[in-house]
Amino acid sequence: MVVFRTAPYGGIYSFEGLENVLIMGAYDQDVSVLFIDDGVLAIKKGMDNSGTGIKDFSPTFRALEAYDIEKIYIDRASMEVRGVSLEDLVIEPEVIEADAVEKMMEEQKNFFMF
Amino acid sequence: MEGPYQHEASDSAYQFTKAALAKGHEILRVFFYQDGVLNSNKLMDPQADDRHIRKQWSALAIENNIDFIVCVAAAKRRGINDTVTAEGFKIGGLGMLTELAIEADRLVEFRA
Repeated sequence: MVVFRTAPYGGIYSFEGLENVLIMGAYDQDVSVLFIDDGVLAIKKGMDNSGTGIKDFSPTFRALEAYDIEKIYIDRASMEVRGVSLEDLVIEPEVIEADAVEKMMEEQKNFFMF
Repeated sequence: MEGPYQHEASDSAYQFTKAALAKGHEILRVFFYQDGVLNSNKLMDPQADDRHIRKQWSALAIENNIDFIVCVAAAKRRGINDTVTAEGFKIGGLGMLTELAIEADRLVEFRA
């Protein structure tokens, strides 16, 4: 499972996380992706980072589908606290509750935290 | 992994690797990623009364013949290439981290 838990652009983590997911997809692995905490902001639509000089990688999350990565989840409480709804996102993850997050984490072989 | 000295992550990773080997575990590979690539810099020259993180790693890699891989994309961003990496370190791709996740029983990540 690859876990996105930090906001994009302020740090390199979400970009590195995305690169990791894409590589895993190329290796045909059974990858789950979770957006939680500030990580829910990594896939927000309409971010304008043109003034920052940092590559705009948010739209690249749409490529996950092309890599057959379908297990994409987002934590409901993290969305609510940050006022994020599904319409605000560049992809459509499945919204899950904290207990489902916990259960899913128990089933994973490896974690990659970003 | 994080960069050396700024956080304890490099030290923890080193101590963990050493302890795991001492307990008879097999370490398939150590993957240096993000600022962690700076662990491989042979120009590292800390003050004499401090630990030398890069030298510790090099000794561990050579003594135990372990694959120490420095992520190429992360390295290039930070001015690290094979003229800068010290003995025991090799430049490699991110796919080698995925391979680790597939092959190893456990993958342990060291972060700040």
